Amino acid sequence: MTMPMYVSPEQLMKDRADYARKGISRGRAAVACTYSEGVLLCAENPSKTLRKAGEIYDKIGFMGVGKYSEFDQLRIAGIRHADLKGYSFSRNDVDARWLANQYAQILGQYFTHEMKPLEVEMIVAEIGDSQVDDQLFHLLYDGTVMDTSSFVVIGGEAELIRDRIQETWKAGSSLEESIKVTTKALSGPDKTFSSDELEVAILSRGNGRRAFTRIEGDELNELLA
Amino acid sequence: MTLPIFTPPEDPGPSFLGLLRKVGFEGSVPEKIENNNSITHGTTIVAIRYSDGVLMAGDRRATSGHLISHRTMEKVFPADAFSGVGISGAAGPAMEMVRLFQLQLEHYEKVEGSPLSLEGKANQLSLMLKGNFPAAMQGLGVVPIFAGYEEKTDQGRLFQFDITGGRYEEKDFVSTGSGSLHASTVVKLRHSSSVGLSEAIDIALEALLEASEEDSATGGPDLLRGIFPVIAKIDANGFERISDEELEGRTEIIVQSISERGNS
Repeated sequence: MTMPMYVSPEQLMKDRADYARKGISRGRAAVACTYSEGVLLCAENPSKTLRKAGEIYDKIGFMGVGKYSEFDQLRIAGIRHADLKGYSFSRNDVDARWLANQYAQILGQYFTHEMKPLEVEMIVAEIGDSQVDDQLFHLLYDGTVMDTSSFVVIGGEAELIRDRIQETWKAGSSLEESIKVTTKALSGPDKTFSSDELEVAILSRGNGRRAFTRIEGDELNELLA
Repeated sequence: MTLPIFTPPEDPGPSFLGLLRKVGFEGSVPEKIENNNSITHGTTIVAIRYSDGVLMAGDRRATSGHLISHRTMEKVFPADAFSGVGISGAAGPAMEMVRLFQLQLEHYEKVEGSPLSLEGKANQLSLMLKGNFPAAMQGLGVVPIFAGYEEKTDQGRLFQFDITGGRYEEKDFVSTGSGSLHASTVVKLRHSSSVGLSEAIDIALEALLEASEEDSATGGPDLLRGIFPVIAKIDANGFERISDEELEGRTEIIVQSISERGNS
């Protein structure tokens, strides 16, 4: 009988983390930030069908980068969880914090117990009654969860884009300003994105019960101009 | 309650009902109910097609046997942004069916990223009724109507159902509930293919008023307490309820004309 080769836990975790990070950094970046009316979700994404941003519940949105099949499965699980919770209790009982914790559990579970970690990085966004209640949860491949009320950058070149946003971003900006700041940060100084290369969605307090809407086509062109 | 993640063969897809079954929310079929009088029933709903879409209207009364159990029950609901559902029959199962139907449409839309077609929605409701059939045989029948605006054809469409899940599309108007016979006669006499929104609202109000005069389970407009039918239009702008103020003004004119007619 051959003995399995010994690998130290530190090395094992490091290898897994490197593997996940490599997978995530291959993809394009996505940004979520708060603005005066809610939360803006913005990503570089030329596809009109394989989406990064999605609606989870009335006031909750989702954004994922990395391996599409993996974060999409988690997005759907989030919708299922939220709809089930809203059905068995009340629509008001569904909140993003609980969902973010559930995601963290799953990601942590995969990271330590499965053959390979999930190559995903995600944002769960929730808007409240006023700007101070808006929240962004940032989830890493290993189950780390962080929350903020300003902005989060995920995906490839996240560090660089984060620095760019840091310079120009202001709390409580209008939608138009926020879109300009985020798209400029995503594209960098030497390039400009057209509306076809972007996926933009908002969770807005002005949208009624279901806060999530996509901004596309002419509407997006106007805001980018 | 943990995150529902399934293996590919177990996955319920975009169906919320499928998901409920997977996580063990299965409903049970009741025993035969001997005294049907203790169950709350909802009554008359009409839906009328007009030039820009469809109009749905329902009275506000719920009855338990010969008693009026609620004066202000609402029986016309938005199913999603561009469709509505109205219910008659046993109120408990009917309200639950509407809640599940609304959730099913929203769930599908969120998971798939695009809404079901209008016909797809009608078929979903049909399947839910089929699921309720055993309960219907025990005295808990639900008979809804479904109406919506279809963007592709730029027109309103109407669907009628029976307790077995049978689905019947109608062209101009549909009605359901105990007062439906009287209500649909009024609509039938006044409806034409070119009827506009304003006239459609008047037709619906009068249909429900006539039904309330002939059927004890249908509630008429209550000017004393300010209770009016729930009337909603569904057109290119989506589902929108007509305000009580507008309905009050129109009802007063209708009542006036009846009193001038002087007959009974």
